[in-house]
Amino acid sequence: MTRLAFSCALVALMGLSGCGEKPQTLGSNKGHVAAFEGAHNTFVVPGWTPGDKSSWEQELKARMLRTQNEYSKMNTANK
Amino acid sequence: MARMKFVCDAERCIECNGCVTACKNENEVPWGVNRRRVVTLNDGVPGEKSISVACMHCSDAPCMAVCPVNCFYHTDEGLVLHDKDICIGCGYCSYACPFGAPQFPSTGTFGVRGKMDKCTFCAGGPEVNGSQAEFEKYGRNRLSEGKLPACAEMCSTKALLAGDGDVVADIFRTRVVQRGKGAEVWGWGTAYGSKQAGQPPGGKS
Repeated sequence: MTRLAFSCALVALMGLSGCGEKPQTLGSNKGHVAAFEGAHNTFVVPGWTPGDKSSWEQELKARMLRTQNEYSKMNTANK
Repeated sequence: MARMKFVCDAERCIECNGCVTACKNENEVPWGVNRRRVVTLNDGVPGEKSISVACMHCSDAPCMAVCPVNCFYHTDEGLVLHDKDICIGCGYCSYACPFGAPQFPSTGTFGVRGKMDKCTFCAGGPEVNGSQAEFEKYGRNRLSEGKLPACAEMCSTKALLAGDGDVVADIFRTRVVQRGKGAEVWGWGTAYGSKQAGQPPGGKS
């Protein structure tokens, strides 16, 4: 009787292991091509090299500071 | 590069809906679907605020957790994208999302919703970057063209900031310091954790 109860508990425990949380890890991107590889069209802005990640990052960072941070355009005396 | 993030500065948003229009035009979003919306908080009450809301590309995305067919994925830039070839239109993601981001294009027979559509941070999906197939399913892939999302670039008051989370937080922090108020960013804690965008690194949350 004890053995049966122990076996049932063991089976139930093994069954529960299937209820774990699904991992949400970076990189499981199903063949998604990274943006720094560049687009296959004529709308790619000049100033960076498609395929070069650091070049793409620098371009985006420069674009952010140029277009979204107006404080960088102000006269430093007025900052 | 840090993760890509959105910040909407409620002190600056004038509810012009330029971001909504830019998004719909750039991505040719179908009727009935708004990837981005402008929401007014405390409407009609003195001191009301408006914010522009879309998918925030959460660090720990609830849509991804509830999807029964696992159609979502995180890119290396921290964007939450999805594969429309896998989506079955069940709608679980729309119930899970705290921002109301997942939208469905159809209210067809027997409640058919169609494939889920949401903001992609103008980064397309799992198709060839900049291809016609990608455009038709997910809209423009501006990131692969070296550009930022159309909504943020179109924003006339620069209330909506998009891009590398560290740079976005720096820009926002400078504003808060200059004007001395408005450090609260609606949705930032929900999407990216408890730390506010206006706080210096290592500051209190």
